[in-house]
Amino acid sequence: MTASPRPAGASWRRSETRLGWALALPALGVIGLVALFPILWTFWESLHLHDLRMPWLGRPFIGAANYVEALSDGRFWNALANTAAFAGVAVTLELVGGLVLALALHRVSRAGRLVRTAVLLPWAIPTVVAALVWRFMFESPAGLATGVLERLGATPPTWFADALAAWVPLVLADVWKTTPFVALLLLAGLQTIDRSLYEAADVDGAGPWRQFLEITLPLLRPALVVAVLFRALDAFRVFDIVYVMTGGGPGTATESIALYTFSTLLRNLRFGFGSALSVIVFAVAFLCALAGIRMFGASAFQDRSA
Amino acid sequence: MRARGWALVTALLVVAILFPLYWAVIASFTPDSRLFASPSLVPRALVLDHYRALFGGRDFWTPVRNSLVVAGATTVLSVGLGGICAYALARLRFRGKAPVLAFVLAVSMFPQMSIVSPLYLLLRELRLLNTYPGLVLPYLTFAMPLTIWLLVGFFRQLPPELEEAGLMDGAGRLRTLWEIVLPLSWPGLATSAILTFLYSWNEFLFALSFTLGPERYTVPVAITLFRGQYQVPWGQILAAAVVATVPVAAIVLVAERRIVAGLTSGAVKG
Repeated sequence: MTASPRPAGASWRRSETRLGWALALPALGVIGLVALFPILWTFWESLHLHDLRMPWLGRPFIGAANYVEALSDGRFWNALANTAAFAGVAVTLELVGGLVLALALHRVSRAGRLVRTAVLLPWAIPTVVAALVWRFMFESPAGLATGVLERLGATPPTWFADALAAWVPLVLADVWKTTPFVALLLLAGLQTIDRSLYEAADVDGAGPWRQFLEITLPLLRPALVVAVLFRALDAFRVFDIVYVMTGGGPGTATESIALYTFSTLLRNLRFGFGSALSVIVFAVAFLCALAGIRMFGASAFQDRSA
Repeated sequence: MRARGWALVTALLVVAILFPLYWAVIASFTPDSRLFASPSLVPRALVLDHYRALFGGRDFWTPVRNSLVVAGATTVLSVGLGGICAYALARLRFRGKAPVLAFVLAVSMFPQMSIVSPLYLLLRELRLLNTYPGLVLPYLTFAMPLTIWLLVGFFRQLPPELEEAGLMDGAGRLRTLWEIVLPLSWPGLATSAILTFLYSWNEFLFALSFTLGPERYTVPVAITLFRGQYQVPWGQILAAAVVATVPVAAIVLVAERRIVAGLTSGAVKG
């Protein structure tokens, strides 16, 4: 990669190594302190009974008891199922929407600066702001969504009081916020596809739909994989939107696993049990990422880091 | 014909994307009494009441200042330290580079939630809860890997000949870095700084967990915790949402190309 003009003598290599580590260490030290050390601590903490509301109990070691409690905890399984369902639905919609948006932006050759800015805006604004704006539009009884549906003659649900209907604004807000990001990733993928392939297909008389299925989709696969992987990992740890829009309610109908972990830790101050939940979130996310990369992503990632 | 069809699709999608923001801006200028009365696309009776209340009674300057300080400090630290680290990883040849890069990538995928509990205990032990450093340090967990990953990619694309010329002339690695590489690097540094600032400005979970009172709330936390006496103060909430969005929109307008390049070059989380 880096062709250095100097002879690769042993002493030179040693000084290069020393300098390399000296330059890299401050940043790596910070990462170690604020990320690596804490994740190990989370694991250690999860093996203890640690309740900040009951300091007199101390912090006894209880082995895997917190994990046993989690696995027999209905609220945990409910939150896990909610999160998986949310991630599945939201990421699917975002992928379809992002693909349409990317194709449109790609075709409209003069998608000007303002269009690109508009597309970036939902991605760039705070998630909390997006959630509040969508909650405002779905407020009952007189919010915009309710009003529009009534004018169309439908009977809208009381969105946030209904265990099923509450998902609609949640998913819509997430789709609105993150589809542009998916579209940008896919657009970058589209731009790498050689135009001459389409010209050849035109000559062969292949219609637009066949061209899409046989040229665009296969060649877009690396970008699609990266988009799915990042979106799925993100959707799996969804917190801001749920916290702001429903607080997990009504009851625990929309509680995500991250929200349950958060309330266990910072509302109930059960640090041992909450840490066990954190470790489970971490492990599931990690395994999903590994599986995703293994299954179809390895080549995509190699391309990107080259 | 087909081109016009795609132009129509684009226009519809852009309208769908912009509409919620338009609706929020209109609402932020609408008096409370009319907020939920007969919604209309064209605003009538615009007032500044909510903005006056926001910066008068609510003291929204405090969260804005807190957010600026925390996001600014995070950006400076992560671009400074991360930039140096990225240069070493991209350009110097030394043992252990590959595992270090993999480690940085792995850390960038950590769910924030999985380190909230130890960070809370650590910051409490250090008496850093509810302080600026108590937010900047946690923010470095996502800012530092992001910067390093972006800048490694950037430095690798710089033509090595210039540095080699510097080294030939007998300038040391550090002087070459300072006098030749740094002036060439500002596009990469700017992109990383913009992305880091945006992520820090928008961050919610750590700010919610590690601040204890309104004097240290960041903008997202302050907006979320707005309470009215009798009902949700929607007018003020949306005015605050607009205030939180304005700097972001300005950055996007100025730097959209750079942001898109940064987002799609490295494998960056959204």
